[in-house]
Amino acid sequence: MSFPWAEHYEPKHPVMRWVDQRLPLPRLVYNAVGAGYPVPRNLNYFWNFGVLAGFALVLQIVTGVILAMHYAANTGVAFNSVEHIMRDVNSGWLLRYAHANGASFFFIVVYLHIFRGLFYGSYKPPREVVWMLGLVIFLLMMATAFMGYVLPWGQMSFWGATVITNLFSAIPVVGDTIVHWLLGGFSVDNAALNRFFSLHFLLPFVIAGVVILHIWSLHIPGSSNPTGVEVKGPQDTLPFHPYYTAKDGFGLGVFLVCFALVVFFAPNYLGHADNYIKANALSTPAHIVPEWYFWPFYAILRAFTINFLWIPAKLWGVMAMFAAILLLFFLPWLDRSPVRSGSYRPVFKQFFWLLVVDVLVLGWCGGAPAAEPYVRISQFAAAYYFAHFLIILPLVSKLEKPLPLPNSISESVLHGEAEEAAPIGTASPSVQPSA
Amino acid sequence: MVRLIGALAGIVFVVALLVAALMPRDSTPPDTTHLFHKEPEPLHLASDGPFGRFDRQQLQRGFQVYKEVCSACHSLDHVAIRSLEDIGFSGPEVKALAKTFTVPSIDPKTGEPSTRPGVPSDHFPSPYPNETAARAANNNALPPDLSLIVKAREGGAAYIHSLLTGFQNPPANLPEDKRPPEGLHYNPYFANLNIAMPPPLTTDGQVTYADGTKATVDQMSRDVSAFLVWTAEPKLENRHRTGIAVVIFLIIASALAYMSYRNIWADKKH
Repeated sequence: MSFPWAEHYEPKHPVMRWVDQRLPLPRLVYNAVGAGYPVPRNLNYFWNFGVLAGFALVLQIVTGVILAMHYAANTGVAFNSVEHIMRDVNSGWLLRYAHANGASFFFIVVYLHIFRGLFYGSYKPPREVVWMLGLVIFLLMMATAFMGYVLPWGQMSFWGATVITNLFSAIPVVGDTIVHWLLGGFSVDNAALNRFFSLHFLLPFVIAGVVILHIWSLHIPGSSNPTGVEVKGPQDTLPFHPYYTAKDGFGLGVFLVCFALVVFFAPNYLGHADNYIKANALSTPAHIVPEWYFWPFYAILRAFTINFLWIPAKLWGVMAMFAAILLLFFLPWLDRSPVRSGSYRPVFKQFFWLLVVDVLVLGWCGGAPAAEPYVRISQFAAAYYFAHFLIILPLVSKLEKPLPLPNSISESVLHGEAEEAAPIGTASPSVQPSA
Repeated sequence: MVRLIGALAGIVFVVALLVAALMPRDSTPPDTTHLFHKEPEPLHLASDGPFGRFDRQQLQRGFQVYKEVCSACHSLDHVAIRSLEDIGFSGPEVKALAKTFTVPSIDPKTGEPSTRPGVPSDHFPSPYPNETAARAANNNALPPDLSLIVKAREGGAAYIHSLLTGFQNPPANLPEDKRPPEGLHYNPYFANLNIAMPPPLTTDGQVTYADGTKATVDQMSRDVSAFLVWTAEPKLENRHRTGIAVVIFLIIASALAYMSYRNIWADKKH
């Protein structure tokens, strides 16, 4: 695993030596997130978000397991059991608000993590499998979050679940059968709530398993870095511990401050008022919207309004929504530019920021009611989304002339360092600074 | 091959979207509701902001308004009578209050449905035995449960206050199809302008406050809005208090983490 100059685990305490000889778990941890994992020395703060996503997953599992001790997955009592948690369970309000907003913060850090990867070309060889495992985690997260939002059994829970499960009815011939099979009935009801709870409890542990694979495959080539130039020698890296544990510790602090501000002072800001009304199959809310982190995909789903090429609009929307995520699996082969980092790709960089704006516009349209001008805006924005990945990116990677790359990480980090550090006139430019 | 298939799929999606985008839209008759609908007026309560605390005197007044006016039609299902101790009633006062409620029960001798006086561990009893009875008594409208109403409506307490004080005669230029039908009442703060609830607070002095506060319609509406903030979020004070401590702790911890990060990296350029 990783580089030949990685430090080797030497148990300092006899107990640790005893354990290590029988079960090399201390060695595994040391090599994974300890001093035994050499990391490029030039990582910027955007490399914090993987650790933050891992932290968010643990936070969700811990708060979720305790909430499950007080929650009852039955349509008759689910809504009341959530209010019981809010009112009667010791610090239940804190657990629930931390869990509900924890999902939002998990998605915030994961979106930043994904866009970090898009900008710095983290999906390129030899890290394609890292990227694809990350997308598997993202899909599992979406499924988990969707089912979790159904559990409080409010109006948005019920109608969101109705809308999303009905998407499968767009599948020709077998669509309705599949929906009935998924729901365990003809509509969202107790059978659906029960299985969603069961799966909502299971999937986070599946995510944890895929996270282990994600990190394992990352540690084969080692972390990427902002220059996109591969590590060439020991002068390019620093041990993960203490250097990046310290940096991630600070990042975690900032994350927790933002998280605490929302949990304690605006806990319902990211939610929807209608979900404090108990689910009612006979009363449809004026606007059914999913949670904010699904808005860009919801906008793509609703952007298809005409039956085009004899395929119904609904089926187009469903195909496009799934395609919007699945196409990311092919990104390593769509973007063939040998240069990883967007910093050295002047044309790519402009399209990248256009994509960021585009996804924000899609998100804004997805949260808005399905009316003009939002539908038309979302149609242009969705068209750009597909054009960006499927047409523009392959062309740019072929036509663009990238900027010259630094020879190595250490050179890009230490450029002119000797000049700056030494008294004027005494530094010799020919001296190679060493780490 | 991947790029070829990708480009083809991309072109198909883009064409489908652009054709849909360039399609002329059916002209729908403009809905005039938004011309008359009003956003809630701002309402300032002691519980606002990160340092907000409940004004217990106000909550008790609001409770009195709920008990004497709102509770005739609206339930408060999620609130236990015992929790009134949190807004400043003493244990014996809560016990006495609980006795004034009649809750459904079962006769211990015959097993027949009956009623008994409330005890503090009961939740507030519903004014109607079931939804059908509630609708039958209210022109087929269902008075919503008020426990969570502040969190279940956009605009929160400000919306409640504006709605309670916003009943008025329909403006002269209101189109015919927006005018309140028989049994509904014009209120510009309500989403579709016509609400089934008749004006609940109509005259100053409708309730008599024990603390001597003048019971104007505006004051009663403010007080009951504040009370409903509490019923929706009874742990608000714990949340604010804990939040201040947690944020201060985290800022100090982050500052220390930053210093330790700079210290560890002091001799490493990056």
